[in-house]
Amino acid sequence: MPVIAYRDALNQAIDEEMARDKRVILIGEEVALYNGAYKVSRGLHDKYGDRRVIDTPISEEGFTGIGIGAAMAGLRPIVEWMTFNFSIQALDQVINNAAKMRYMSGGQFAIPIVFRGPNGPAEWLSSQHSQALASIYTHVPGLKVVSAATPYDAKGLLKTAIRDDNPVVMMEAELLYGIKGDVPADEYLISLGKADIKRPGRDVTLITFGKVVHMVLEAAETLAQDDIDAEVIDLRSLRPLDEAAIVASVTKTSRCVVIDESWPVASVGSHVAWLVSHRCFDRLDAQVELVAGEDIPMPYNHQLELAAQPSVEKILAAVERVLYL
Amino acid sequence: MAENIPMLALSPTMEEGVIVKWVKSEGDTVEQGEVLCEVETDKATMEYESPASGTLLEILAAEGSSVPVGKEIAVIGEPDEAVQAAQKEKPAEKPAEEKRGQEPTSAEKPPEAKEGQGLPEPAQPPQEAEKIKRAEERPPQPQKVTPITEEQAAPDKLAEGRILATPLARRLARERHVDLAEVKGTGPGGRITRSDVEEAALATAARPAPTEVELKDKIVEITPKRKVIAETLSGSKFSAPHFYLKLTACVEDLMAARDRLNKSLNAHVSVNAFLMKFAAEALKRHPMVNAAWTGDAIVQHANIDIALAVSQPDGLIAPVVRDCGAKGILQIDRELKALVEKTRKGTLTRADYADSTFTISSLGTYGIEEFTAIINPPGSAILAVGEFMKMVMADENEQICARLCTRLTLSCDHRVIDGTVGANFLRDFRYMIEYPIEPLC
Repeated sequence: MPVIAYRDALNQAIDEEMARDKRVILIGEEVALYNGAYKVSRGLHDKYGDRRVIDTPISEEGFTGIGIGAAMAGLRPIVEWMTFNFSIQALDQVINNAAKMRYMSGGQFAIPIVFRGPNGPAEWLSSQHSQALASIYTHVPGLKVVSAATPYDAKGLLKTAIRDDNPVVMMEAELLYGIKGDVPADEYLISLGKADIKRPGRDVTLITFGKVVHMVLEAAETLAQDDIDAEVIDLRSLRPLDEAAIVASVTKTSRCVVIDESWPVASVGSHVAWLVSHRCFDRLDAQVELVAGEDIPMPYNHQLELAAQPSVEKILAAVERVLYL
Repeated sequence: MAENIPMLALSPTMEEGVIVKWVKSEGDTVEQGEVLCEVETDKATMEYESPASGTLLEILAAEGSSVPVGKEIAVIGEPDEAVQAAQKEKPAEKPAEEKRGQEPTSAEKPPEAKEGQGLPEPAQPPQEAEKIKRAEERPPQPQKVTPITEEQAAPDKLAEGRILATPLARRLARERHVDLAEVKGTGPGGRITRSDVEEAALATAARPAPTEVELKDKIVEITPKRKVIAETLSGSKFSAPHFYLKLTACVEDLMAARDRLNKSLNAHVSVNAFLMKFAAEALKRHPMVNAAWTGDAIVQHANIDIALAVSQPDGLIAPVVRDCGAKGILQIDRELKALVEKTRKGTLTRADYADSTFTISSLGTYGIEEFTAIINPPGSAILAVGEFMKMVMADENEQICARLCTRLTLSCDHRVIDGTVGANFLRDFRYMIEYPIEPLC
């Protein structure tokens, strides 16, 4: 099976879908001539031309709105945000238009659009450019929200997102674009709303998504050296959320740690922790733990920056608490 | 024992109250419910009734002062009782500035404070009464509310009222019949976890019979009634050769007939009255079942006197409705109810239970599906009635259906009743139950 980088998996997904369906367009800052700020769209402008791969001015609200209007008019746009930090500019378009138009028009308008780009902290980007904003989008009914941790998931989820007739927000990460993994040569899709058990285990359930999946898997391997068999669930889809997979796992293990790089208050992680207490109450043998980013603006100092994020040590400590070690 | 009297919430939204006036003075005797003082709440001025009786030893909140709900306003106790230092709470109205002003900084602390006699620091747990008492001996010190951090307070506080256990531990304890009160928790703050319950369950299962407590058989004295039961039934079982006939009867029409009767009379006629009446009618058709073995003859009784087995804490008894053949269902029901009432009261006389000619026993209300009874002499047969329950069967059209049925078992004394005689009787009895109009035909 070919081993390719995450950015190339995304590139394949867009390329295949643009070849498959003329209505699919790519729009965003630097997506055309520069081949994308993170080179996700490499070669696509050459292949599909100005009319389908469109560079925009630095105006998230503007080009996000253009994308939504194009979707209403029958196209299937992919809007690339250079980072989710900039997407805040376009929140009104996403929440008030994309998420509401089908409802407000009585079903007359479908909004088949994908908003995608890197979310969450990378390195040395300080507080305004290191934000993990999953909960802001996941909060909103009318949006679907996915987060891919591997090249395989990135391609499969993005292809499904492009074909979905509803707005889908897809969260990537700067630090994921270079990671490599198996991606089948044959076409495949990954359904939205299906979590993936990245590592089966019986002693404790670790629920996470996005970039930190890799950190959680590393923590699980460390735990395995102490004969603690952790199950790692990658949610992949935050809305809709695969509640059945969560409940099944915690029912099996009786212990749960949720890992979310976002701030801890009113986050996807805190929601999942609530869900576990609610749905698995009688099965829990310990409090549900949440390992989150610290509740502060991201420091610029690199040591503090690392200290403000989840770490293998923090995950191990939380696992020890729920296992009463 | 002196008791602190706190400010109470005199209205649902009250957070603090102003003492408008003390009706009682220090040294006065106070009865519970008497007005102690008047309190102005957020809504109105109200009378504060004393929650305790005794002597008003000390007033802690002066007139005009505002006191938060829960804060002590007075001490009530025995007249000669000194106000316990530990219970003494200073009025709350001292300004905060004064508090801070009097509080020594750590550098200024007198040496004795360092030896642990000083007031505890805000974040420290409460000290033993002894220390506080000694602290009281120091020059006037503003009373400080000692904040207790949640962590310090939680185990003790919760341990008093409820057992700390995880939801899973609670569920396992329920399933395995483990008493959580007897399980030692190894989790944080003594929390009982799954492994604690599992170990406790294993320990219980593996525990040998306790050796300290010698198990002793209990000797239950035989009551005269129990002796009669024993003699009568062993006499019956050992002398009368029993055989048993079983069949299933559908009781839907019987229950429907009873419902109609109950509705039209606005009454509650017992099923037993119906069964006794139908038994009487069946006995009329099969007199050999209404008979007795006397040793040299068989007596076929003219009267049909049917007994109904009634369970009592001190043993079984079977009061008799006389001459059921000549009585209607309602009369049988009335007499039966009177007899059952007498049974409950223990006022049955021998005439109420002796010399039955046939007996009915039912354990259906106990969920017994069918059983065999021992013949109640001098009768020669006893009918055991099982639970009225839905049974699956094939109907007239060979279709599977569920119908309300009961299992009937007739115990017969073979000296008097042959198999066919008993069978014919039981079949006719079933026919009557299933077609309640039959006895009239």
